[in-house]
Amino acid sequence: MGPPVFVAFLNGYTPPWADQVIERLAATLPYPIRRVDLRFDLRPYYAPERRQHHATLLLATLLRHLPEPGGKIVGITCEDLFIPVLTFVFGQSQLDGPAAVVSTYRLHNESYGLPADEELLRARTVKEVVHELGHAFGLVHCRDQRCVMRASTYVEEVDLKDAGFCDTCRTMIAARTA
Amino acid sequence: MNQRKILIVDDELSVRKSLEEWFREDGFQVETAEDGEAALKKMLAGPYDIIIIDLKMPGMDGMTLQKRVREVDRDATIIILTAYASVETAVEALKQGAFDYLTKPVDPDDLSHVVQNALRQKELAEENLRLKEKVSELSLPTPIIGQSPKMQHVLDLLRTVAETDSTVVIRGESGTGKELIARAIHAQSRRRYFPIVAVNCGSIPETLLESELFGHEKGAFTGAQYRRKGKIELAHGGTLFLDEIGDISPKMQIDLLRVLETKRFTRLGGDQEVTSDFRLVCATNKDLEKLVEERAFREDLYYRINVFTIQLPPLRERAGDILPLARHFVQKYARAMAKPPMEFSPEAEAVMLAYRWPGNVRELENAVERAMVIGKGPTIQRSDLPLALDAESPDPKDLSLEALEKQHIERVLAQHNGNVTQSAQVLRIDRATLYHKIKRYGLRR
Repeated sequence: MGPPVFVAFLNGYTPPWADQVIERLAATLPYPIRRVDLRFDLRPYYAPERRQHHATLLLATLLRHLPEPGGKIVGITCEDLFIPVLTFVFGQSQLDGPAAVVSTYRLHNESYGLPADEELLRARTVKEVVHELGHAFGLVHCRDQRCVMRASTYVEEVDLKDAGFCDTCRTMIAARTA
Repeated sequence: MNQRKILIVDDELSVRKSLEEWFREDGFQVETAEDGEAALKKMLAGPYDIIIIDLKMPGMDGMTLQKRVREVDRDATIIILTAYASVETAVEALKQGAFDYLTKPVDPDDLSHVVQNALRQKELAEENLRLKEKVSELSLPTPIIGQSPKMQHVLDLLRTVAETDSTVVIRGESGTGKELIARAIHAQSRRRYFPIVAVNCGSIPETLLESELFGHEKGAFTGAQYRRKGKIELAHGGTLFLDEIGDISPKMQIDLLRVLETKRFTRLGGDQEVTSDFRLVCATNKDLEKLVEERAFREDLYYRINVFTIQLPPLRERAGDILPLARHFVQKYARAMAKPPMEFSPEAEAVMLAYRWPGNVRELENAVERAMVIGKGPTIQRSDLPLALDAESPDPKDLSLEALEKQHIERVLAQHNGNVTQSAQVLRIDRATLYHKIKRYGLRR
């Protein structure tokens, strides 16, 4: 088994499907998945002019809260995230690094004027968490249309891909545990 | 596939860092520069597929940097990043040759699309360049290798006749490169921008040759479902190369004579005359004069085509060209087989020089190709060359000292195109001794 992956729903954000996300991650990634409770002040990362939180700074804080050296941590937040040059990001991670963060803010159907769909939100969240963790395990974007590592810059693209890795990416992930 | 390289030039660290991370996740090799000077320094170290330049930077601004980048790499793909979007700046950036511009903060989808489009355009431009090179390589006439006096004479004749519109007969043994000379004449003539159409008269049955040369109308014969232009018509404006002209039938000789006299003909099954303006180059390995004597070749056609003759020497009479030709074929097949170029061992060179090459250059080319297929390592050994090579040349170890000396002198003379002074230097004997040995062994220079 490889290093443990800590999944932190940040600051008490506990969607009804949180446990299902953990189960799905455990089925997809060849690493032990552990849920942790993490709370810290998000205000320093808030940019009022953008009404968004700075993903890179949030990532740095997550890194400081990594429970176990050698492990990986992914934070899940309902806040809208940005990096300075982009209007928004679904998530961010350090390529081949220990930390990743995913926002569900733009994964909600309501963000696009559509009726709420919790099942769809759960599926999208799983895909984005697996995607960002894939980067944390050193994977870059994949050209396979169905692979979870396919780049997605809008939510429909997230829906088009699967929650799992293609054969190539799965082999690469497996090689990391070997 | 090679990893694509991207350079991000922005004075803001956070922008550089976030774009660096973004593009690394996209599989790019990313480098960053905080100002124009640093960017130009990086550019000198190697080209980038895409350069993203922030417009507003202290010191050298983005617009100036774009101009300076163009001086280093004319084909650089530049995307301008600006926080102050205005039509004027965008137009100016595009006028200066930027691929596109993006306004900060950038929508991730826009960034992704602009970069993908830039890459696609770059790939198309690169493919276009590769295809152009390939086309120009294909359209270039095959080089004629020949430093021997006999081949130099041939090349002089070729240059003299190419610019005229005269009919040329190229004569020589099979495999001496008659078609190569025909193509070189065409390539150096004023007709070079039109096609050269080659027909091997000896390989096509008479009934088919007629249709091949003159074309046919729909229904001219069973199976003629469509009108088809013949080779003579297709050669309009260019050159018609008739190989093995000595082999055509008496009837075809009459038809051909008429076309040569009038440049007009009718397609098979047709009644409308077609005009074709072509230059005729023909080739044969037959003794045309003897065929005329034997009445197998029409005298009037003989005089019609025998305006200018180029006689190609057999390879054994231009021994000085054997090794340069062999090396040329090594280069050719190394490219085709994607192998590193090979060299010949001294024994392989010796056997090639000693052999009489009855199949001439074609046989040499085949021998080299075969040797490169079966040869192991960087050197072509004597054993890699076809066995037939040995048939006419006894193994040096079976030769008497006298026979070996004769063979060696003959080879060195051939290598130096009969030049006694150079050959004597190589043989480390004085010229008088060499003259004496040439006379004694009855060698030709």
